[in-house]
Amino acid sequence: MLSWIIKNQLAEVLIGRANAQSFMPTQASEIAKSVDSLYSFLLIISLIACVIVIGGMIYFAYKYRRRSANDKTAYISHDTRLEILWSVIPLVIFLFVFAWGWIIYHDMRTMPKEALEIQVIGRQWAWVAEYKNGVQSNVLVVPVKRDIRLVLSSPDVIHSFYVPSFRIKQDVVPGRYTSLWFRAEVMGEFHVFCAEFCGTSHSGMITKLRVVSQTDFDKWLIEEADSSLLPPVEYGKKLFTTKTCASCHFEDQPGVKIGPTMKGLFGLENHEMVDGTTVTADENYLRESILASQAKVVKGFGPRSAMPAFQGQLSEKELSAIIEYIKSIK
Amino acid sequence: MAHAGHDVDYIHAEKGLKSWLLTLDHKRIGILYFVTVMFFFLCGGIAALLLRGELFSYNAQANVGEILKNGDIYNQVMTYHGAIMVFMVIIPGIPAILGNFFLPLMIGAKDVAFPKLNLLSWYCLMAGAALAILTMFTGRVDTGWTFYTPYSIQTGTAVSMMVVAAFIMGMSSILTGLNFIVTVHKLRAPGMTMHRMPLFVWALYSTAIIQVLATPVLAITLLLLMMERVLGVGIFDPKLGGDPVLFQHFFWFYSHPAVYIMILPAMGIISELITTYSKKVIFGYTAIAYSSLGIAAVSFFVWGHHMYVSGQSELAGTVFSFLTMLVGVPTAIKMFNWVATMYKGSIEFRSPMLYAMGFLFLFAIGGVTGIMLATLAVDVHFHDTYFVVAHFHYVMVGGTLMAIMGGFFHWFPKMFGKMYNEAGARWSFVFIFVGFNVTFFPQFILGGMGMPRRYFDYIAAYQPLNRISTVGSWLILTGFLIGLYVIIQGLRKGAKAPPNPWGSTTLEWQTASPPIVHNFDHEPVVTAGPYEYK
Repeated sequence: MLSWIIKNQLAEVLIGRANAQSFMPTQASEIAKSVDSLYSFLLIISLIACVIVIGGMIYFAYKYRRRSANDKTAYISHDTRLEILWSVIPLVIFLFVFAWGWIIYHDMRTMPKEALEIQVIGRQWAWVAEYKNGVQSNVLVVPVKRDIRLVLSSPDVIHSFYVPSFRIKQDVVPGRYTSLWFRAEVMGEFHVFCAEFCGTSHSGMITKLRVVSQTDFDKWLIEEADSSLLPPVEYGKKLFTTKTCASCHFEDQPGVKIGPTMKGLFGLENHEMVDGTTVTADENYLRESILASQAKVVKGFGPRSAMPAFQGQLSEKELSAIIEYIKSIK
Repeated sequence: MAHAGHDVDYIHAEKGLKSWLLTLDHKRIGILYFVTVMFFFLCGGIAALLLRGELFSYNAQANVGEILKNGDIYNQVMTYHGAIMVFMVIIPGIPAILGNFFLPLMIGAKDVAFPKLNLLSWYCLMAGAALAILTMFTGRVDTGWTFYTPYSIQTGTAVSMMVVAAFIMGMSSILTGLNFIVTVHKLRAPGMTMHRMPLFVWALYSTAIIQVLATPVLAITLLLLMMERVLGVGIFDPKLGGDPVLFQHFFWFYSHPAVYIMILPAMGIISELITTYSKKVIFGYTAIAYSSLGIAAVSFFVWGHHMYVSGQSELAGTVFSFLTMLVGVPTAIKMFNWVATMYKGSIEFRSPMLYAMGFLFLFAIGGVTGIMLATLAVDVHFHDTYFVVAHFHYVMVGGTLMAIMGGFFHWFPKMFGKMYNEAGARWSFVFIFVGFNVTFFPQFILGGMGMPRRYFDYIAAYQPLNRISTVGSWLILTGFLIGLYVIIQGLRKGAKAPPNPWGSTTLEWQTASPPIVHNFDHEPVVTAGPYEYK
């Protein structure tokens, strides 16, 4: 009952067109709208509270400003009725807000039964979505008006999957699965941020969530699924992005120093390492550097490499394709 | 004043650096803390300005207008800003400087209960701080002040040393707390019943209880982290079979009460300032005193509100949200009591009162946004965004720092026996207050727009508000520089202060300015409450 009143009536009556969301991102789901209603209510209540406290303070400060050093002041030690009043009223408001917040939170946390399930892996420093048919993608593509459930996991440190336009956020914790769900009501592209500090490129761990029609989604899924049949260089180029290499190793961007550039790397002799030794950048060097990133660290990027080790994370076919792609960057 | 050896004021009683470094006088130890915490504040402040400078422009990848070279350096500066400001400025700030100096004076005691322990606390803070600063030269730390696992286990930076530093600084906090509790119970002057204690003392007492009960949990947590990092015992790292969320529970079990270690003493100062400059008895003495204890008690049961999206259960989140709402009530009571105290008063707008009113203004905003963050569904959106950054700066900087500044100008004549330039102090307030709002209010909106915190770089849409925020940080800098100038001028050329320049009724104003070594000529006998203004 309370739930119904809050959701349907109160929000309408109290909030009306009060517009908290003018500063908030697009409302791309129903949950986003109900969160914003509650936020609008909180804003109004807060504004009233601030007017009472700050306004009262300024009014008293003006009205009772010192006029002479011998001003007589009232001796008012307390007023039990007043004190009970200003304890109970905030308490009632707080509990009401608590209940309202809980109701929406419960909706956020209750997973729909017939949802499209997508595995999302957050790793330093990119997002990878894995679909049921084996497609891997850095951009999360979902169909509109359908319940989507994301199963989140991390192979390294804690990340947090955050889509402002859906008002949803969930930490991605290594060693366990967490999940969240949403239902996009509008098509378009939305930002996905990592909200939990995760190291060097935390602020670069941004991707897009693309909401498309069901038809476009089906088409996209089939097109993407064929990519393992691509020639190795092109398959490797794709993996270079989905396996997050491209987050740090840019083809050529002077000044950016997260990872060394891959441009013209293959075949390089006298490639200088942080310990002063030099190597020749052949296939085996590339292979070792991908699987055990700490083995040889390029000068200027040490002493310890920021790169996670990919041992056990890539199949032979994927590894070969990535190396073929690196060889092709001239 | 100095007509006999034992009557000489505490500053001139002895000479030389050694007499300061080995002093057992609570007032001198307060001054030691003052000098060192000011230095730490300078370090943390420079870090803050660097961060704001970096965030002036977006697109760090293209190296446009960069202050800091890369994400790693930004993360390190962000970590030092947080760790220094929390562990070395705000936590020791009020209790160790003003508390040390005034707690014994306000209850009519000669000193704290354990003067040697008091000095040891200062050396603990120094040792911890020295280690913390040393990490800047041995690999630095980039975990944020929260040390979240498993990142803090995996990162190659000097986390172990920083953790040891925080551990030692925690010792300092525990010893100070212990000292204050015993002092309040054992050394009150005749007639100084608990209910006649000034509210600053009540606030310090509540704070001390939290310090003694909560800080050991931080120590245990940090020890476990060390065992994991150094010995490889699996506690928090999933690779070793541990649970990273467990760390967050441990960490916030300390760090949430620590928030009240930071704010309760500030609230105590505000009670003193508002009564003095309104020349009026405080409204609802009992309610304010016991709401401090109430906040202290409930503060131990709300840590999970930092973790609504961490993966803890929905039930846990719900319980923590409910309990957090309960903390809002005693806080609201205090706000209403302070405003009510001004009613029918005789309000003098001296700089400490301006700071107190600034506190009420900023803390009101900090408080209502706290309720927003306590609300489950709304917090899911705001968690780990700039909304949170804005909120905790409003309560900790807007609250605690305003109170420190107000309290400092209020007690400056007592501490140093000199007056300061009132106009200068007011200008410093104006710049800090305006600058603070310009810096942090836009961050609420940025958070609403979805900008996550701890970001070295951000998307284009966030740039205008970030620019305003950065300009605000320069205004704050200006305010503090003016404040520093006023303090130095006051110390050098200030007119001699009378014992009670503001007409205050609490005990510390009944002795000379600066106080004599043993605080009072004769042990004071108390016959009435602390705020008997007529």
